[in-house]
Amino acid sequence: MKQHLWVPVLLLTAGLAGNALAAKTDLTIGMQLEPPNLDPTGGAAAAIDEVVYANIFEGLTRFGPDGSVRPALAASWSIENDGTRYVFSLQSGVTFHDGAAFSSEDVKFSIDRAMAEDSTNAQKGLFANIDSVEVIDDNTVAINLKQADGSLLFNLAWGDAIVLDSATAANTATQPVGTGPFVFDKWVQGDRIEIVKNDSYWGTPAKLDKATFKFISEPTAAYAAILAGDLDAFPNYPAPENLAQLDADPRYSVVLGSTEGETILSTNNAKAPFDDVRVRKALAHAINRGEIIDGAMFGYGTPIGTHFAPHNPAYVDLVSNSAYDPDMAKALLKEAGHEAGLTVSLKLPPPAYARRGGEIIAAQLRDVGITAEIENLEWAQWLEQVFKGKDFNLTIVSHTEPMDIGIYANPDYYFQYDNAEIQTLMEAFGVETDPDKRTEMLQQAQRMISDDYVNGYLFQLAKTGVANSKIQGLWENSPTQANDLTAVYWED
Amino acid sequence: MLRYLYRRLGSLAATLLVASLVVFVVIEVVPGDPASYMLGLNAQPDTVAALRSELGLDQSKPARYVQWVTGMLRGDFGQSYTYRTPVADMVSDRLWISLPLALYALVLSIVIAFPAGIWAASRRGGAADTTVMGFTQLGIAIPNFWFAMLLVLFFAIKLRWFSAGGFAGWDEGFFVALKSLTLPAIALALPQAAILTRVMRSSLLDVLGEDFMRTARAKGLSRRQALLRHALRNAMIPVLTIIGLQFSFLIAGAIIIENVFFLPGLGRLIFQSIAQRDLIVVESVVMLLVFAVVVVTFIVDLAYAWVDPRLRRRS
Repeated sequence: MKQHLWVPVLLLTAGLAGNALAAKTDLTIGMQLEPPNLDPTGGAAAAIDEVVYANIFEGLTRFGPDGSVRPALAASWSIENDGTRYVFSLQSGVTFHDGAAFSSEDVKFSIDRAMAEDSTNAQKGLFANIDSVEVIDDNTVAINLKQADGSLLFNLAWGDAIVLDSATAANTATQPVGTGPFVFDKWVQGDRIEIVKNDSYWGTPAKLDKATFKFISEPTAAYAAILAGDLDAFPNYPAPENLAQLDADPRYSVVLGSTEGETILSTNNAKAPFDDVRVRKALAHAINRGEIIDGAMFGYGTPIGTHFAPHNPAYVDLVSNSAYDPDMAKALLKEAGHEAGLTVSLKLPPPAYARRGGEIIAAQLRDVGITAEIENLEWAQWLEQVFKGKDFNLTIVSHTEPMDIGIYANPDYYFQYDNAEIQTLMEAFGVETDPDKRTEMLQQAQRMISDDYVNGYLFQLAKTGVANSKIQGLWENSPTQANDLTAVYWED
Repeated sequence: MLRYLYRRLGSLAATLLVASLVVFVVIEVVPGDPASYMLGLNAQPDTVAALRSELGLDQSKPARYVQWVTGMLRGDFGQSYTYRTPVADMVSDRLWISLPLALYALVLSIVIAFPAGIWAASRRGGAADTTVMGFTQLGIAIPNFWFAMLLVLFFAIKLRWFSAGGFAGWDEGFFVALKSLTLPAIALALPQAAILTRVMRSSLLDVLGEDFMRTARAKGLSRRQALLRHALRNAMIPVLTIIGLQFSFLIAGAIIIENVFFLPGLGRLIFQSIAQRDLIVVESVVMLLVFAVVVVTFIVDLAYAWVDPRLRRRS
């Protein structure tokens, strides 16, 4: 009898040991902002995509961790009619999370919905060049363009261009049904969202069984939650001041990456005194970027000299074009007739880069004789006064949309830069499909806006992530705002 | 008593009507358009217009006010612009955190304050009194968010007995949920307990100086018996007032503590909704809070009448 008793005990011990050794398959991720809803086709909040992009929803194409455009629901494509027609062949065997089959009809439905007159898609402009979507058969769909467009595949990779099922699309805000490797499970509003592995995923299945997004807005609370072990990772960690401390701790690894966020001292080009290029040039030379990055961002951030991401292959380093030179700034102001000094408004939205950076910039401007009157605004006020009303001289904001240099070709955009040359250039860029020529045009545009000192170019926002050192596969950079968990796993 | 009740109810309704008007006007004049906020920097003007009409923001303000008030009378608080869920559901979710948290903190502060206040009053000027008063001074002086951080540092990070914050949810079990409210409740209770102790003590001391207390002692009651049997009940009016105020404060005023412990309570919901210009949520929640405060005051009034029969007779 005795030996019989040992068997279950041994088995039990082995089982327990096995459990302890096997790698974890669930993950808790911290996010600073809670998404208002889970419909990426009906709002601009970055937090929506940070939960659903690539996890729950997929589009025809998607962004990879390096920002390249990769196939997703489209397995392959061909370009016809001089670049005005794209024919996509779709992945087969794809189903939505509710079991409905995915087909080319869903693609047509989703794009038509985004383009429709009553569409509330925040990036409706991405689809402006699409003439029609044509269903060829169940697995083939064609997109006809109004004119050739080199950026269609890029545009379709945005979270705003995901594919929904017509039967469930209306409830996406609270009950998202997609085709991705994770299924929406539960939302405890204000606290967390849980997603679980999709067992019938068409592609490479996720390695995690479950992921939880937890919302912690206070930087100090985020720090405490990491130390207390409540969180496994915080990909956009909000407290740069204690990154060094976390980095020194072997339990955590700190990952520094880049984002698409060009942080600029945005300048109203249509309003005196900054309608004068000499004053804008003086402004650019009055700014000491190093001091701003150290003081406002605790040293995290890459200086930029134009509106373009430094990690992009087409980037031109133009920082020296607006090097810190207060004497030159004073001379320029004198030349422009502002010897007696200037008083301008500096309207700051809530993020720390703007509030902390604004104080430092105001001090730097004071040294050359410009008095910047700081006004702190909430986002909604900022949108109303600055973005819509264009009632400002200066503001600080990070432009986080990828590849957004095209905003300089829009004279109605809030900083109101009106230059026919760049407008022609960007128009030509839109229809150019040759990659080398496109790169060249982008570089030309970067030089143009740098030479015209349209805005004060400060730094590229860094992505400062903290994670348990055993977690592998999280994105290092942020080519789009997302927490792609498809390749994340725990090391044994 | 019944007339007293009716009159109180009438003034309650009038207060609510005036409040609804004030809340609506004040919140509607705040600049910032919810639709532009939701759609961000790249949105096209026609998209913003489409969303505005979807949310009903293109209607006139008086029409929206009437809709809002009549909706509330039917129990319909409207739908959140950003979350796209009924406000009533959101509020009830949050209330299930804020209300238990407020109660928990209130119970803790009463449990601390009553004995401490009575003890200090009964040993006026002695070592016990000095000690208790010293602690209450400290309790009022320490900011509760700072005390909260100390609690997290010690109990969550060092000992790992509690998590640093968040709310597990009631469906995870009563004690699991209660546990996640414990540190926040302690942090909230500390300053409240300190205030309540001081009120309890001074109110008791006032009563102890009254003639009827001397009579009670002369009848042969011990100090202790006289205090518990006669003084306590008479000292309750100011204490009840403070408890009522504290409870109203705890329901919505816990916002800083909610942020420290990232608890999804009512305070944080208001804060978030203001930033997002989710006007309908702000309006409805503020209205509910007005309602709660008015009702708590009403209950406190009734409690006065209960402890002080003179108030009953006078009306």
